[in-house]
Amino acid sequence: MTKVLTDARSIRIKGRSFLAVVFSPDMPLDDWLKRLDDLASRSAGFFLNRPVVLDVSDLQIDRAELKELLAAFAERNVSIMGIEGARPSLLGPGMPPSLKGGRPVSEEAMAKEPAAEVSATEMKSAVSVGEVRQALPSMIIHEPIRSGQSVIFPEGDVTVIGSVASGAEVIAGGSVHIYGALRGRVMAGSVGNASARIFCRKLEAELLAIDGIYQVAENMAESLRGQPVQLWLENDMIMAETLI
Amino acid sequence: MGKVIVVTSGKGGVGKTTSSAALGAALAKRGDKVAVVDFDVGLRNLDLVMGAERRVVYDIVNVIQGDAKLPQALIRDKRVETLFLLPASQTRDKDALTPEGVEAVIAELKRYFDWVICDSPAGIESGATLAMRHADVAVVVTNPEVSSVRDSDRIIGLLDAKTLKAERGERMEKHLLLTRYDANRAERGDMLKVDDVLEILSIPLLGIIPESMDVLRASNIGAPVTLADANSAPAMAYFDAARRLAGETVPITIPGEKRGFFGKIFGRKAA
Repeated sequence: MTKVLTDARSIRIKGRSFLAVVFSPDMPLDDWLKRLDDLASRSAGFFLNRPVVLDVSDLQIDRAELKELLAAFAERNVSIMGIEGARPSLLGPGMPPSLKGGRPVSEEAMAKEPAAEVSATEMKSAVSVGEVRQALPSMIIHEPIRSGQSVIFPEGDVTVIGSVASGAEVIAGGSVHIYGALRGRVMAGSVGNASARIFCRKLEAELLAIDGIYQVAENMAESLRGQPVQLWLENDMIMAETLI
Repeated sequence: MGKVIVVTSGKGGVGKTTSSAALGAALAKRGDKVAVVDFDVGLRNLDLVMGAERRVVYDIVNVIQGDAKLPQALIRDKRVETLFLLPASQTRDKDALTPEGVEAVIAELKRYFDWVICDSPAGIESGATLAMRHADVAVVVTNPEVSSVRDSDRIIGLLDAKTLKAERGERMEKHLLLTRYDANRAERGDMLKVDDVLEILSIPLLGIIPESMDVLRASNIGAPVTLADANSAPAMAYFDAARRLAGETVPITIPGEKRGFFGKIFGRKAA
């Protein structure tokens, strides 16, 4: 029997980034593993459920040795999610996939990682310090956005002090605030952020989208037209209410 | 050094050429030396509107390509002796204008004239972007209807991005010239109102030119409307706009608007 595809809904694909720990072992491997054990004993469970990437770009090993190394990690309950800097000949079936394009993390982000390694008791306080995240970046535009212009800012919120013209678009990773009339298109939460919202002083938008769910002008409630409005996402539905 | 003004709109047929000629003539009548440059290579009209079509020998493309010197190509107006026209070529296409050539021509014109008025072609392609590139001031010509307003908005975006002034990080001075305005039709809702257009484009208003048969009549006799009949409503509106361009403060009047007793006394506040 052939399977009939009845569901017309398309699959939503989102991008998401995680902070991974990168191991760059050095020779001899036995010594390096000893030092790893030492570190692990001081910070119990540090590597559990944590994405770990193995960087072998500076390591002169063959496939058999890499297999051994991976087994050694498995013994220690460290699961490797990817291997960076490996020649294709080094990798075989059953090995983690090859990764590339990794970028180093800023100093602040790294600083809170080693802090968690010190001890289990101190870890709790270190984590709470880690909760105090760096403020999300935001972009502020002091001019109206003209027809044909597009503002793309996947890193965070966009605030426009002015109007967004018909035929202009704003795409933000976070929320979008328009202190003026919104006549163009706005896409908030574009990198998979369902809690992003859209605020505007006068709603005359052509298209609105939050986290990939969109609505065109024709389907918007007539009572919202020309009003100050905020929009958010609830169960994959765009909700709207007027602001006072 | 003269001031370079680009008259632009994005949309065609809104009155760029009419306005270039009328503003040029109005400024020249004040005694300033004015050159009006037609950038619409391949579709030139400015020579007709200014009544110089039978005296065109060389054009801007000849000057750029070195076939003629600038003074040979400039045509002096027969009615106002400080008014000159640099015609476009009708037989070439827009690619005949090179960025370096245009830069050299504008630089030379700026030395001799108080005002260099560039009549931009419609659209947003090379002809239009070259016409605006060296401008100090932009006059955005808009009709009170949605497609013209949106195209003007697009042009304003380009003025803030693709001109030399914008690239140097300076602000391009932009003015809105609302043409073909009919107060009665705006009142009935057939046309956008002045305030609606200003709200959407948010640039200062240079003037409102009323819809009038005088404009068509002037083009047909080959005269800028400000020279054909200086006392007609559109001519007076252009004269006021030219005075504002020159830095004078002239209150804006909405043509054809019925004003009450108090309105007559206090006038309308300039936007």
